[in-house]
Amino acid sequence: MVASVTSLGRNGLYDWMIQRVSAVVLAAYSVFIIGYLALTPELTYEAWSGLFAGTCMRIFSLLALLCLGAHAWVGLWTISTDYMKATGVRFIFQAACGVVMFAYVAWGILVIWGL
Amino acid sequence: MSRLRTLNYDAIVIGGGGAGMRAALQLTESGVKTACITKVFPTRSHTVSAQGGITCAIASADPNDDWRWHMYDTVKGSDYIGDQDAIEYMCSVGPQAVFELDHMGLPFSRTEEGRIYQRPFGGQSKGPDDPTQASRTCAAADRTGHALLHALYQGNLKGGTTFLNEWYAVDLVKNQKGDVVGVIAICIETGETVYVKAKATVMATGGAGRIFQSTTNALINTGDGSGMALRAGFPAQDMEMWQFHPTGIYGAGTLVTEGCRGEGGYLINSEGERFMERYAPNAKDLAGRDVVARSMVLEILEGRGCGPDKDHVLLKLDHLGEETLNLRLPGICELSKTFAHVDPVKAPVPVVPTCHYMMGGIPTTIGGEAITQDANGVDQIVNGLYACGEAACVSVHGANRLGGNSLLDLVVFGRAAGLQIEKSIREGISHDDASESDIEMSLSRLDRLNSSTSGESMAEVKAELQKTMQLYFGVFREGESMQKGLKLLDELGERIKNVHLEDKSNAFNTARIEALELENLYEVAYATAVSAEERKESRGAHARNDFTERDDENWLKHSIYFPNEKRVGKRDVNFAPKTVEAFPPKVRSY
Amino acid sequence: MLVSIYRYNPEKDQTPFMEDINIDIPEGKDLMVLDVLHLLKEKDSSVAYRRSCREGVCGSDGLNMNGKNGLACITPLSDVVKKDKLVIRPLPGLPVIRDLVVDMSMFYKQYEKIKPFLINDTPAPAIERLQSPEDREKLDGLYECILCACCSTACPSFWWNPDKFVGPSGLLQAYRFLADSRDTAQDERLADLDDPFSVFRCRGIMNCVSVCPKGLNPTKAIGHIRNMLMQRST
Repeated sequence: MVASVTSLGRNGLYDWMIQRVSAVVLAAYSVFIIGYLALTPELTYEAWSGLFAGTCMRIFSLLALLCLGAHAWVGLWTISTDYMKATGVRFIFQAACGVVMFAYVAWGILVIWGL
Repeated sequence: MSRLRTLNYDAIVIGGGGAGMRAALQLTESGVKTACITKVFPTRSHTVSAQGGITCAIASADPNDDWRWHMYDTVKGSDYIGDQDAIEYMCSVGPQAVFELDHMGLPFSRTEEGRIYQRPFGGQSKGPDDPTQASRTCAAADRTGHALLHALYQGNLKGGTTFLNEWYAVDLVKNQKGDVVGVIAICIETGETVYVKAKATVMATGGAGRIFQSTTNALINTGDGSGMALRAGFPAQDMEMWQFHPTGIYGAGTLVTEGCRGEGGYLINSEGERFMERYAPNAKDLAGRDVVARSMVLEILEGRGCGPDKDHVLLKLDHLGEETLNLRLPGICELSKTFAHVDPVKAPVPVVPTCHYMMGGIPTTIGGEAITQDANGVDQIVNGLYACGEAACVSVHGANRLGGNSLLDLVVFGRAAGLQIEKSIREGISHDDASESDIEMSLSRLDRLNSSTSGESMAEVKAELQKTMQLYFGVFREGESMQKGLKLLDELGERIKNVHLEDKSNAFNTARIEALELENLYEVAYATAVSAEERKESRGAHARNDFTERDDENWLKHSIYFPNEKRVGKRDVNFAPKTVEAFPPKVRSY
Repeated sequence: MLVSIYRYNPEKDQTPFMEDINIDIPEGKDLMVLDVLHLLKEKDSSVAYRRSCREGVCGSDGLNMNGKNGLACITPLSDVVKKDKLVIRPLPGLPVIRDLVVDMSMFYKQYEKIKPFLINDTPAPAIERLQSPEDREKLDGLYECILCACCSTACPSFWWNPDKFVGPSGLLQAYRFLADSRDTAQDERLADLDDPFSVFRCRGIMNCVSVCPKGLNPTKAIGHIRNMLMQRST
């Protein structure tokens, strides 16, 4: 019904689902990390880097990272279409968000996989 | 040509209520270039306030129901001055019109079989030989009018009708031959005045209940169509016949549907007595509306009214139980809490007879063509002018309308007018163009108002008019007091000619519209007064203390009021239905 | 009582302003806000507002009264007046034509967008299309909408995107047709609502529910639409 859409899922339902699913993943990740921090009395560098050395944890972290990127993109895209009525301003803002989001995700991957 | 912009259509419909939108839909669907001119957005029209339902023999509640029984009830209800050919038409094509509404999406309440729910309403029987109460009123809870109006608007959106929303029709434009060739209209938003030219002009402007002080009618019910027709010199029929609805909420005037009594509610006086058992032993609270309204007034006059001033009676509903009330009468519960501060589940609702419906109007054929009479009293069709709905007098309601028949009237005759115009246009109608001076003539009223520098206050004169009508032309009438009322109306007429419009701005100037409406109210009020004084008998809603009996010898007739001479003539009632025997006049008892 | 009313006449005023007028309220009567407007208009005939049925069913007189949207004709003074003062403004978020009269074309356009009419391609029967009482019950709480725009003009999402977000009123009607067992265009209707704006701009703020003069719940209807969209796509 509303044409020329540049959201992530290319339609409202997928955007909406992406936001919900990514929120669940981020919540799970946060709970896990907080739980780990609370239940580990002496947090050493070795323990911390050991945690992230496991493949499962790396996949979980990567998933959370991608979810964060998607979640933030959909959210910021939505906000920009709410409040930025000038197309130029909105385009620059969205482009900047896209670049930042990509940079963080790429950098995150480097960090997680220790490349 | 003139100083005005001209819009050109084949047909224009003035009024966006039930009748107007049904006519517009018919015309648009058949390819006639049509515009619907409406002074409020269509879903704000007064049809929205209809509650109880649309009466029609669709044989849902009773598989053996027969439209002829409905016809008999309507003829009897009209106190025998309803035209039987028109009533026959309405009752026989009614089912088709109702099914069309369902197909259009109207959310009717349903029976277990999945059919449309029908409830009992006043004056319904199973034919001349069986006075058993019938259930013939198709309902969408107690919001039938709202559901119907929205369904019709939706149908028109689907059909692609052109609407001129918030445009106000000021006066008819006539050519030199006296044919109607369009209207002068104001776009309320911008204030622009336009000549809307048309081969067919349909008056679907509704009633004029606002001539009375106390009315169930919306503030917009100012008889604009009747006013325009009268000013253009066309006659109005049966204008003395005004229905007072038995149950308007005391004080506020808002309507409480007859469906309340249909669902089992009843009226009680200060002694807690169900007094309708005395006045109508058989039908009781579901007798004709005129009968119930008069009985209520008599109870009050005899000192059995309720409240500190003993000036109303009570409608008892609490015995129906909360569940039924919420299912069948949810809107009534809301209205009653808001306007009477009473919860019908717990306590009875204070009610009083309140002006509700104009049975009279522009006389028309079944196809909506306006009728006038020549010097010899022979019917003549007015070229170019049509009417349907409450503004018209076909006449299916005669001296008293039955509950649920108004919505049926709207859709059946809105559709019929559309069909008739479509046929006429296909056969090729053309009128002479209006000349510059013809248009100027129709602008004179507006020009006077726009150039007024001092004069009467609109609000004051209007209040005075409403008070006069309420006092001298209410439920009970009497010759001498009506003559007094007429004299007052004459004086008011002079004052109305002198109403001053203070605010001359263009954008959404509601003061200008209200001043124009006032003149329409006055035309209708005056026609009512003269006709009421002239009909020297009591029939249907017209009850005179000085002529208490029905006089079939002299008055089994329509009254027809000619505005130019301010004269009332008589017009024959039709007793020649096409497919059934006519129902001869009988004593009317319930 | 002090009435502070929003005034703007495009032919006279450069900018809108609030006008304070003292009104004598008859004692012992709980007037509706619409009655107060009538009293005002008797004093100053240039005050413009819409009104019709004066009983809360036509939806003409949606206004903002002491900060809350509602219908003037069924809002008693006792419900809204604070400290003997009543502030009356037009519905927020729509262009003002004059005084309390707003231009509702954007609102109507959204209503028209959802195809607010029954679509059924099967040949119509000679009688009504049958519908069980249970199926009919699904329309309760939906068809009663009076298009007064109180909800949509109280909705921040509608304020930001009145051209793209259908708004609570339109969506309530969209669901009214989606839920009608007589309608056969469900898939087509859902396909039309699938973009990021039409439905999904609803953030569940629920201002619509809190102001609806008919006590309807657009947020719930929007939830139903979302579920239907999900069922259709997954």
